[in-house]
Amino acid sequence: MNANIKPSTETAPLLDVMHARKSFPRGDGAELLVLEDVSLSVKPGEIVGLLGRSGSGKSTLLRLIAGLSTPAGGEVRYLGRKVEGPAEGIAMVFQSFALFPWLTVYENVALGLEALKVPRDEIRRRSLQAIDLIGLDGFESAYPRELSGGMRQRVGFARALVVHPNILLMDEPFSALDVLTAETLRTDFLDLWSDGRMPIKGVILVTHNIEEAVQMCDRILVFGSNPGRIVSEIEVPITRPRNRLDPAFAALVERIYVEMTAKPGRGTAPNVHRPMGSGIDTILARVSSNLISGLIETVAAPPFSGKADLPEIASELQLEIDDLFPVAETLQMLRLADVEGGDLRLTPEAIQFADATVDERKRLFARHLLAYVPLAAHVRRVLDERKSHSAPKSRFLDELEDHMSPEAAEQSLRALVSWARYAEVFAYDDETGSFSLENPT
Amino acid sequence: MPHTPTAWSTASRGAPSRFDFIALLLVLGLLAFFAEASRGVLAPLTTLDASPVTLDPHHLPMYAARTTLRMLAALVLSLLFTFTYATWAAKSPRAGRILVPLLDILQSVPVLGFISVTIVFFLSLAPGKVLGAEFVSVFAIFTSQAWNMAFSFYQSLRTVPVELTEAARSFRMSAWARFWRLEVPFGMPPLIWNMMMSMSGGWFFVVLSEAVTVGKTTVTLPGVGSYIALAIEQKNLHAVGWAIATMLVVILLYDQLLFRPLVAWADRFRFEQDPGGVPPRSWVLEALGGSRLIARFLRQLRHAARAVGAAIRTTTPVVIHIEAPDHGKQLDRIATGIVGALLAMALWEAVKFLAPELGWHDIGMTLGLGAITGLRVFLLIGLASVIWVPIGVYVGLRPGVARIVQPIAQFMAAFPSNLLFPVVVAGIVTWKLNPNIWLSPLMILGTQWYILFNVIAGAAAMPGEMRHVASNFKVTGWLWWKRIALPAVMPFYVTGALTASGGSWNAAIVAEVASWGDEHVTATGLGAYIADATSAGDFHRIVLGVVTMSLYVLLINRLVWRPLYYYAERKFRLS
Repeated sequence: MNANIKPSTETAPLLDVMHARKSFPRGDGAELLVLEDVSLSVKPGEIVGLLGRSGSGKSTLLRLIAGLSTPAGGEVRYLGRKVEGPAEGIAMVFQSFALFPWLTVYENVALGLEALKVPRDEIRRRSLQAIDLIGLDGFESAYPRELSGGMRQRVGFARALVVHPNILLMDEPFSALDVLTAETLRTDFLDLWSDGRMPIKGVILVTHNIEEAVQMCDRILVFGSNPGRIVSEIEVPITRPRNRLDPAFAALVERIYVEMTAKPGRGTAPNVHRPMGSGIDTILARVSSNLISGLIETVAAPPFSGKADLPEIASELQLEIDDLFPVAETLQMLRLADVEGGDLRLTPEAIQFADATVDERKRLFARHLLAYVPLAAHVRRVLDERKSHSAPKSRFLDELEDHMSPEAAEQSLRALVSWARYAEVFAYDDETGSFSLENPT
Repeated sequence: MPHTPTAWSTASRGAPSRFDFIALLLVLGLLAFFAEASRGVLAPLTTLDASPVTLDPHHLPMYAARTTLRMLAALVLSLLFTFTYATWAAKSPRAGRILVPLLDILQSVPVLGFISVTIVFFLSLAPGKVLGAEFVSVFAIFTSQAWNMAFSFYQSLRTVPVELTEAARSFRMSAWARFWRLEVPFGMPPLIWNMMMSMSGGWFFVVLSEAVTVGKTTVTLPGVGSYIALAIEQKNLHAVGWAIATMLVVILLYDQLLFRPLVAWADRFRFEQDPGGVPPRSWVLEALGGSRLIARFLRQLRHAARAVGAAIRTTTPVVIHIEAPDHGKQLDRIATGIVGALLAMALWEAVKFLAPELGWHDIGMTLGLGAITGLRVFLLIGLASVIWVPIGVYVGLRPGVARIVQPIAQFMAAFPSNLLFPVVVAGIVTWKLNPNIWLSPLMILGTQWYILFNVIAGAAAMPGEMRHVASNFKVTGWLWWKRIALPAVMPFYVTGALTASGGSWNAAIVAEVASWGDEHVTATGLGAYIADATSAGDFHRIVLGVVTMSLYVLLINRLVWRPLYYYAERKFRLS
C-alpha cells in the first residue's frame, strides 16, 4: 500500500486492460475508432499516469476501466475478474468534481456508502473519517456552492475514498483548479499516499499536464491521437518527494516532450488509419491567428531567436500542452515552423512574418493557408468555380463528415473560418451559414 | 422525497416549541380541509340537483375548498404523469421520438376538447355518482396543467450533467436511487416554476372545468367556477364581487402554503454552484422545519422511502449498461408500433365519425374562422408586447419594483376572464361596440402576463457590465432600446410570447363568447364556433373545431415561434 514498495516484488496485478478497443457510431453508419488496441496493467502500490492531448482517448479508457462503458473489443479485468459495469472497489474522482449541489459535504461523502447498503453507524463513522483524512473537518454541513474549487475537489476525493476502493481513478482532477490550489492538493495527496494513510492500493491518473505526470506517477503511458493508442511507456525512477528543479525531473519532462512531438512513422506506431487522399481529412485545431502570431513573435525574438525548446516556451508563456501543441502543430502544417525532438524551429518565412507589417503578414499567411491547408484550397476552389461565388457551410460539413466525427468537422470549419477571415481569402456569414468571396462592406 | 434536507434535522430536543404549535395548526387545518372538501364526492349525482349551487356567500368557503381540492388532485396527477411520461421519453430515445411530438400535439389541443371526448368514459367509471363528474373535472384541469410540466422535466432529464450521472453510476446507485437522488432534484426548480404556471392556467379555466355537459344535460359541480357561472347567469354583481374576493384569498393561500415553501425548499436544488442573490424564504417552511414533531414524522417517512428503495433495488440489477441491451430495443419498437397504431386508429375513427355529417364546406368554414382567431391572437400578442416589453424592462432593471410587481402579475395570470364578462358585455351593449374588437382583449387577459414575466426575468439577467457600458458611452433613448435592451431580453421575450400565443388560442373558447344574464355577445372566430357547438351539444362540430384549432396551434408553433426561438437563442443569448 506504500509507494516505496517496488513493483519488482511481482505481485499479481490489480487491474489488466487487454487489447481494449472503443469506437462510436458515426453519422453515415461507419464507426469512428477512438481507442485502438490498448493494453496496460496496474500493480499494487503504483500510480500510473495516462498522459495525452485531449481527444487521445485517455478519458474514454478511464471510463472503460470504471465500468461506465463497455469496450468494443478486448476486456478489462479487475483482480482477475472481467469488469462488466461499475465494480465495487474502483472509485473515481472527476474533473468537474461532480458533486451533488443539493447535498452537504457530509451527505455527498456518505452517498457512496448508502448505495452500498452499509449500516448507518458505519456510514457515519467512515464518512467522518474520510472527511477528516482529506482535511475537511468543520465543513461537514456546508453545501458545495459555499466552497472554493479546491475544497470541492477535496470532497470529491473524500467521496471516492470513503468506499475503500482498491483502485482510485482520477480524471484530470486538478485541471479545473488554479495553479496554486492544484499544487497544494497534489502534494497533500502524495503525502497521504506515501504515508500509506489512504485505503487505496493503486491509482490511475489521467492528465494532459506533463509536469504533473512526472511529479505524481511511477509509470507514465503516453497516448497518441487518431485513434487513441499508447505511444510509449516511461518509468519515473525519481524518489519522492520530487523536486521540479531537480535536473533528473527536468530531463524527464524534456524526454516526454520529445516523445509527444515525434513525427508519426518515426519510432511511434505508423498511422494507418489516415488515408492520404485529398488531404481535407486533416482535423484542424481551433487556434486563433493571434496565438499564431504571438508564438511566432515570441520564438523569433531573443532569447529564442528562431529556435525554442517546447518545455521552455510552455513555462515562459504559461501554456499547458493542450494549448501549446495545437499552435505548434498548426505552425508546422502551415510550414511556418518545424517541430521535432521537443524543439520548435521557425522557417525563414516565419522569421519574415515576425518582422512584417500587418498587411504583409496577412498576404504571407494567405499564401501559406492556400498552399498548405488542403481544406482552405478546396473551399476557395469551390467558391471560384461557382457562378454565385458562394456555397453553404453544410456542403463542406457533409463532405468532412465522411472523414471525421461531426464535432471534428464543425471544429475544423470553425478554425478554417477564423484563419480565412484573418487572411481575407474568403468570407463567411454565420447568420446564413454561407461562405462567399465577397467581403462585407 | 427520500432526501435528507438538513433543515429538518436541526430541530432541538426538549419541550414543544412555538414552531411545533404552528406546524400542528397547519397540519390539523390541512386534515380538516381534506375531510370537508371531499365530503359529498361519493354521493349520487342526484344530490347535485337536490342541493344546487347557490349564490349565498356563506357557501363560498366550501365551494373554494372543493375547487382547491380538485386543483390539487389534478396537480398530483400531473406530477405522476410528468415523472412517468417524461422519464420514459428521456430514457428511451426510440420512445422519445414519438412521445415528444405527441406531447407537442397534446399541448395544442384546447382544454375543452379533452372534456368533450373523455366525458362518457369518466362518468362510466362511477355510474350515477358525483365521483364520475369529479373525474371529468379533475381530468380537465389536468389537461391544462400536465403538458408543460412534462416538457420541463423532460428538458431537465436531458441536461443532467454527464459527470454527475457517471458519479452516481460509479458509486453503484441503482436506477431508482439515481432517479430520486439525482434526476428529480436536478429537475425540481424548473418543474416548480412550471407547476405555478400550470396552476394559473387551471384557475383560468375553472368555470369551464366545473360544468360537465353530456348531451343536453349539464352537471354543475359545487365550486368557485360554478358559482361564477351562476352569478353571470343571474346578473348578480355582488356575487361576482364575492367570487373575486374568494379567488384572491385562495390564490394567496396557495401561494403561501404551497408554492412559496416549495420554491424556498427547491432553492437547494439549483445547480449553479455560485452563491446567487437572496435565497427565497417561506415562513411555512421555517415553521415546519423548526418543528420537532414534523422532523420525527419526516424521519419515519425517510425510513419508509428507503425501505421501498431497497425493495425495488433488490429486484433491479445494479449493473446497467448504458448501451441499451437488445430486449430494450425490442420493447421500444413494440411501444413505437403501439403508439403509431393508436394514432392511425384515432385518425381513421375521426374521419369515419366526421365524414357522414360534415362536408368540405364545414372544413373550409372552420379553417376560415381559425384564420380570423389566428389574426386576432397575433394582433393581441403584438399589442401586449408593445405595452409589456418596455414595462418589463423597466421593472426587471429595478429588483425592488420587481418584488412588488411579480406577485401581482402572478395573481392576474390566474384571474378567470369570466369575471370580467359583466363589465365587457355591459360596455359592448351600452355603447353598441363591435364585439369582434372589444371581446378580443379577454383572450389575452390571462396570457399576456407570460410576456411580462419573461421580459422581467430577461432584464434582471442583464449583466451589470453591459448596463455600465451603455451609460459610459452615453447610449440613451431609442438607440439604447434598439441596441441594448431589446436584444438582451429577446430570447426571454420569445419564450413568453410563445407561451402567451398558445394560451390565447386556448382562451379563445371562453373569450369569444361572453354573456351577462340573457345578453350574449359573440365574436366571429374558431373559439366561438367550438363554444357554440359545445352548448348545442353538437359533437361532430366540437371534434372538427378542436382538431382544426390543434392544427393551427401546431403549425404556428412550428412555422413561427420555434424558428424565432432558435434564432433569438443563437443570436442574442448572453452566456
